[in-house]
Amino acid sequence: MKNTTEIIDYCQELYEDIDFTSARKWKEADPSRKVVGYMPVYVPRELMHAGGILSLGILGGGDNMEVIHGDAYYQSYICRIPRSTIELAVTKRLDFVDGMLFPSICDVIRNMSGMWKLMYPGLYVRYFDTPQNFDSSIGGDYYVNELNELKEGLEGIVGRKITDEQINNSIAVYNENRKLVKAVYDFRMKTPWKAPSWEVYLLMRAGMVLPVEEHTEILRDYLTAAEAENKPIRDNCRIILQGSFCEQPPLNLIKSIELSGCYIVDDDYMLVTRWLLDDVPTDGDPVRNLAEAFIHHSAETASKYEPDGARKGQYLIEAVKDRGAEGVIFAAPSFCDPALLDRPMLANALNGVDIPNISFKYAENSGQMQPIREQAGTFADTIKLWSEAS
Amino acid sequence: MSPADINDEVIKESSMLMQKEMIAENYEKLTNTAESGQKVSSTYVPGNLNELVMCFDMLNNLPEINAIQNGMRKKSGGMIMDAEKSGHSEDVCTYVKADIGNMAKGAIAPNGKPMPVPDLLLLNYTGCFTFLKWFELLRDEYGCRTQMLHVPYEGDGVITQNMRDYVVKQLKEEVIPTFEEVSGVKFDIDRLRENLRNSAKAEDDFVWVLESAKNKPSPIDAYFGGVYYVGPIFTAFRGTTQAIDYYKTLRGEIEQRIANGQGPITPEGEMKEEKYRLVVEGPPNWTSFRDFWKMFYDEGAVVVSSTYTKVGGVYDYDGFRHDPDHPLESLADYCLGCYTNRNMPMRVDMIEQAMEEYQADGFLINSIKSCNSFSAGQLMMMREIETRTGKPAAFIETDLVDPRYFSPANVKNRLESYFQMIDQKRAGGSPSRAA
Ligand code: SF4
Ligand code: SF4
Repeated sequence: MKNTTEIIDYCQELYEDIDFTSARKWKEADPSRKVVGYMPVYVPRELMHAGGILSLGILGGGDNMEVIHGDAYYQSYICRIPRSTIELAVTKRLDFVDGMLFPSICDVIRNMSGMWKLMYPGLYVRYFDTPQNFDSSIGGDYYVNELNELKEGLEGIVGRKITDEQINNSIAVYNENRKLVKAVYDFRMKTPWKAPSWEVYLLMRAGMVLPVEEHTEILRDYLTAAEAENKPIRDNCRIILQGSFCEQPPLNLIKSIELSGCYIVDDDYMLVTRWLLDDVPTDGDPVRNLAEAFIHHSAETASKYEPDGARKGQYLIEAVKDRGAEGVIFAAPSFCDPALLDRPMLANALNGVDIPNISFKYAENSGQMQPIREQAGTFADTIKLWSEAS
Repeated sequence: MSPADINDEVIKESSMLMQKEMIAENYEKLTNTAESGQKVSSTYVPGNLNELVMCFDMLNNLPEINAIQNGMRKKSGGMIMDAEKSGHSEDVCTYVKADIGNMAKGAIAPNGKPMPVPDLLLLNYTGCFTFLKWFELLRDEYGCRTQMLHVPYEGDGVITQNMRDYVVKQLKEEVIPTFEEVSGVKFDIDRLRENLRNSAKAEDDFVWVLESAKNKPSPIDAYFGGVYYVGPIFTAFRGTTQAIDYYKTLRGEIEQRIANGQGPITPEGEMKEEKYRLVVEGPPNWTSFRDFWKMFYDEGAVVVSSTYTKVGGVYDYDGFRHDPDHPLESLADYCLGCYTNRNMPMRVDMIEQAMEEYQADGFLINSIKSCNSFSAGQLMMMREIETRTGKPAAFIETDLVDPRYFSPANVKNRLESYFQMIDQKRAGGSPSRAA
């Protein structure tokens, strides 16, 4: 049995590999294999899986990639993930990818879909739109057709039909993966000292590049290993991290928050792994089932409209309660419209029920951790003082 | 978009006076709802459903226009800072912050009277993600009813039947019933048809006005002057007979200018010599609108086509007109076709075509810090246009309504070196970029 260090070392290796060697190897092993890249925040990976396609989550270049060309594509007041993603492409690190999906998360990624079309005219490039209307017969019908269009596009890549049976099988595979992802999150919530957040982060990042079956196994192994290991309990406060659903912070930032005295008991990193909240049925019309899951049982985040004003921010309050958190840290990328426009509303909702919160901004290549450590440390101290006093 | 406010003393033409009156009258109506009992819907410019709103005897209030008004009156800077002090990020769209800062000050309209709280926020979500957050924020402040109309993005450069059906279904099953409920007025499709018929008439003349810039010299400036011309059609007047009259009058004036061989009218009178013909991408800066414009007309630069005049609807590129015979479908197509709802390759094609048809000497991007919808991808757009047309391109950066991001010396320098570049190109040299 592997211990957590071995597992996390492997995940870290994957995380640091900006050439996507593992995905390349997977593809090279069989000439019929295809890889489709996608950006945050959500794509239905089940459809790609059903076509035998490896879906590759692309989350920018991180802090160990020098951006040379990317800055010529974006003004200084646009966030960093698109420029480092362009850098990945221009430096041919994505040259093995057979298609790219750009989900509807914000105008930057939306416009990037068109840039990709201009840059790579022969490639399958799709802006993947999801409904903002959550009525099954309106947004649901629209989404079913969008999913079918995506399916046809993927069939074009693999050169064969993708059957309902194959999609249902893939849904089952992803249900299993979601179950394990949830188990890891729950495990961290209950025993955060046994599952440090940077480890959980790397585990989930591995899911962006590995075949889902392998990822599920790694999660299972990690849980078994982490449960068996003893790690010292710290006197940390419990916080939820919010706003990091797209451009990723450097790993050091996550470590810094924990070192400053905070256990992260929930976050919105890589929401694609937790987007669908319940199991999706594995029989019947799979495309309709995926659409219904999206419409009625999916995560809330800034790029999704909340039709009910009274519900705005409630999911965060509920998460604080469910996860036994004592506060929320809003950590958003600089210039991130969805996260930064959402933040005042979420903060209002939290303030209304006296949940402490602070906020800061980062970039994927932020180097200076000291200010963040100090801010998070002061926040943790305040929470502790407050809870001792009450 | 009240050009009449830009410079009262240059208002000589009757079209300008007409527009000034129309806008003033509309603000009077908006600020008089307590007495009149009229209901108000707030809506965004791109994809606004003015013809439909009018079917319910409701008034259409456009928050972007209010932000522009405050920008031109040099009030937006303080409002933005107030919004930032109350927790809004310095990184996000300044229209939103100008609006929220204005609310905190009691939302005073340009006529000095307070704006009403909207009875409905019609979240016509076309071409910009910020819209979604903006009305969630307003809903949070006002607590008023909000109705989403999700308009899918033309990711592949086409309007699919699925997109059209989705928009029509939302109109039928959600938007119209909500309007009926809020206004107490029953929907009458013939009334909508009539409004759409009016729209199409005004749109014909509007397109004629835009295309008049193909003349040499151009009788209009399609950017700085263009913001005057789009006023009625982009806002609360599309579908009215007032808009038909306005565009007919405007057309008559421009016909006269063409006959006289005259150039555009600027705040300092008629432009004398047309030295440079430009296509411009991106919204203008509002806080220093006159200074900005002067940097062009002083040099003899006239904008012959701009993408900004397509933001509230594209009528000139592929001939779209509101269609009374297919009322809801045509509203859907209108929303789907607005400029920023079209993908990058389409935007580049549109600009390339304008460069050719309007015989432009160069392409200029005014990149707006606030607006990712416009700005993300513009550097690539600039290179594409340069490569495709062989004409020099340049890039300047300003903001819509945040005066902190308008640096006059910087912008002027860039423009001057850009005009020199065009001269060099004409003299046979190879262009090198001015940004
Ligand atoms: S970081 Fe924010 S603004 Fe940037 S691409 Fe992602 S969601 Fe869009
Ligand atoms: S981001 Fe751009 S399009 Fe959207 S509201 Fe702001 S200025 Fe308008």
